[in-house]
Amino acid sequence: MKKLGDFFSLAAGAAVLVTVAALTSFHVDAQVTSDRLLRAASEPRNWLTYSGSYMSQRYSPLDQITPANVKDLEQKWVLQTQVIGAWQATPLVVDGIIYVTQRPNDVVALDAKTGRVFWIYRHTPSPDQRVCCGSNNRGLAILGDTLFMGTLDARLIAIDAKGGRAIWNVPVAEARLGYSVTHAPLVVKDKVIVGVGGGEFGIRGFIAAFDAKTGKEVWRFKTIPEPGEPGHETWKNDGWKNGGGSIWVTGSYDPEFNLTYWGIGNPGPDWNNEQRPGDNLYTDSVVALDADTGKLRWHFQFTPNDPYDYDSVQVPVLVDMNWRGPGNNLAKLLVWANRNGFFYALDRATGRFLSGNPFVKVNWASALDERGRPIQTPQPAGSPTWPGNQGGTNWYSPSYSPRTQLFYVSAWEGYATIYRKETSVYQPGRNFSGGGFTVLTPVPGAPAIGVGRRSPINNWTDAVGHGSVLAIDPRSGETKWKFEQFDVSDSGILTTGSDLLFTGGREGFFHALDARTGTLLWKASLGGQIANGPISYEVDGKQYVAIIAGHSLVSFALRN
Amino acid sequence: MVIFYVVFALALQVSSQDHPGQYSAMDIEAGSRLYAGQCALCHGPNGDLVATVDLRRGQFKKAVTDEDLGRVIRTGLPDAGMPSFALQPSELNGLVAFIRAGFDLSATAVKVGDPQRGQALFDGKGGCGSCHRVNGKGPRVAPDLSDIGAIRSPAALQRSLVDPTSAMLPINRPVRAVTRDGRTYRGRRLNEDTYSVQLIDEREQLVSLMKADLREYEIATKSPMPPFAKTFNGDELADLVGYLLTLKGQ
Repeated sequence: MKKLGDFFSLAAGAAVLVTVAALTSFHVDAQVTSDRLLRAASEPRNWLTYSGSYMSQRYSPLDQITPANVKDLEQKWVLQTQVIGAWQATPLVVDGIIYVTQRPNDVVALDAKTGRVFWIYRHTPSPDQRVCCGSNNRGLAILGDTLFMGTLDARLIAIDAKGGRAIWNVPVAEARLGYSVTHAPLVVKDKVIVGVGGGEFGIRGFIAAFDAKTGKEVWRFKTIPEPGEPGHETWKNDGWKNGGGSIWVTGSYDPEFNLTYWGIGNPGPDWNNEQRPGDNLYTDSVVALDADTGKLRWHFQFTPNDPYDYDSVQVPVLVDMNWRGPGNNLAKLLVWANRNGFFYALDRATGRFLSGNPFVKVNWASALDERGRPIQTPQPAGSPTWPGNQGGTNWYSPSYSPRTQLFYVSAWEGYATIYRKETSVYQPGRNFSGGGFTVLTPVPGAPAIGVGRRSPINNWTDAVGHGSVLAIDPRSGETKWKFEQFDVSDSGILTTGSDLLFTGGREGFFHALDARTGTLLWKASLGGQIANGPISYEVDGKQYVAIIAGHSLVSFALRN
Repeated sequence: MVIFYVVFALALQVSSQDHPGQYSAMDIEAGSRLYAGQCALCHGPNGDLVATVDLRRGQFKKAVTDEDLGRVIRTGLPDAGMPSFALQPSELNGLVAFIRAGFDLSATAVKVGDPQRGQALFDGKGGCGSCHRVNGKGPRVAPDLSDIGAIRSPAALQRSLVDPTSAMLPINRPVRAVTRDGRTYRGRRLNEDTYSVQLIDEREQLVSLMKADLREYEIATKSPMPPFAKTFNGDELADLVGYLLTLKGQ
């Protein structure tokens, strides 16, 4: 009996210890400190920022799902919502809880293992809100127990991650003038960084940092320099007053240089560059800002005086790799497949141009010069321009795998548009586009690709363009392999520690490819367009891969 | 012989005061700019990206009159995901004008003749009914023309008659597929994706084929329809276009 009693007391003691340990661990895990964000790559069970880590590689070291067993993936759960239109959000995963936004500005907290919902926070945007391209929201940021969401009516809201209630709600800009926040914020240290959308409404863009505790604005970087500021000389007339320069995808951060990198959108009006002579800084550029002060450290402009709507609104992907030449020649790179059709490698400490090559057909420029500036070759009026208005790629998140040392991007091939320039007069809050465009079709008036897919019948066909996953070697700019789809794709890309690549497309297929060869290994037909990036996470030792298709968030894992 | 002209954008360039019931070219141009900025991103460059709506061809969810169109634009259709647009009356007018002009700022005027004579040519000399189906009569191997007058402009119809290959929509291209086990399918493409193709075959069967199962897969860019430029004279072509324009669906 005594022995048994001892056993029980021992067991009880152990249980208490385990419970305490579990509680402690739970308590620690519940706080997403800025230090955890810095080391997000070291906890692959979670997905703590929009792009997976500050380097924005969308690479998950998880390797339970492999090329050999990927065929055994099965759907574990589905969250169906009432979302109408493209669902562009990337979820966050924090210690078994998924946080995802849905149109227009809802936040949903759900169990990553079952898909069951804990709470929904709803923000109803003001009727003053004006967005060009649908009620999009691409996601959240987290710090501590607080989630951060930008809104269509240009507000920034802090939300309690446990209770689903707002903590603070502050204006970022004036919605009635066409400003909005559609991208996931980026938390660096104690600040929440967001930029404003509205490039079709004659806004003047900016990136601002807010105190995570109070919502107070700490710094602001204007993407269109004002008189007296460096860069203003690139606006030869008053065009700067409505110069655009929006921000609508999330930036990256390098703690070594304390720089945060952001891609800047098109100048306004979109298509009539004659209304705004000059290079139009910092539109269509990447800017590197001091994360504490917002001061500009360097910039690089991809498309000066852009008449094609080639927003540089792509996720800046940070890569450390051996650069050209023999020996250990570690380079700190910023790699970028731009909407303008060129793939770039920059030195991310200085912004120095290292290389640039077209990754799709390009006829608006004949080449880049030694400083990376395009030698522009505008096409005659009425003639097609490659890539077309939606670009060689767009905001779709690319991926870089440190294992394969390849950069992966969703590209649109064989797609061109014919631009039309018109004079636009700025009116506050009204569209300010300076013309329009038509998609090049083989037959006049034939159906064409649009922004998003709205029919299960593809009556436009690949004759007006198709999607490809390109695997690009950053050193040479060469495409090592290509995976072609019949329709175009707005899907982001995920790579994993077992050399798998996950991506989707407008046809609703979710594909797993061999990241080294591009070979198709598995697919699921999810029936709705995929217009966001897949993520991977782990709960209770099981690796999941989640993706949003149509109205549904779906999570897959290996069969038990 | 009665031949009248449907004068699309060209006629509309005359001011609305001169031609009651028509929009002016200025209205249409203003509308085209607004459309490119405010509408094209959802409705698409050709106005056909929202399900069951084809703005250019006058297919709407509920709207019938110009006033209906204006109301939908002003108030939006929240259930269908369409926001409201606070446009001024002149802007609304332009947008409706552009939609009613079929998005066409530079269409050529096409002769449109007598529908009855056109129908006789369709059924007789043209032999069109040997491939095309109209209102439930005729084979299904070529596209059904029951609503062709609602979805094509006169210019596009004439082009289809005189040079079918240059007017064939890519989706309608003829498919020839041979499966790995040797079965051959020929038909008209209805839909396609990365992994499969759907078609209606020569026996009017709906067929869905997985590309991985195919040994050969060809899509022709030449239309199987013969050109009728020499078969018909100008007046006859006009009559045929006139008949086709009366086909507005059930």
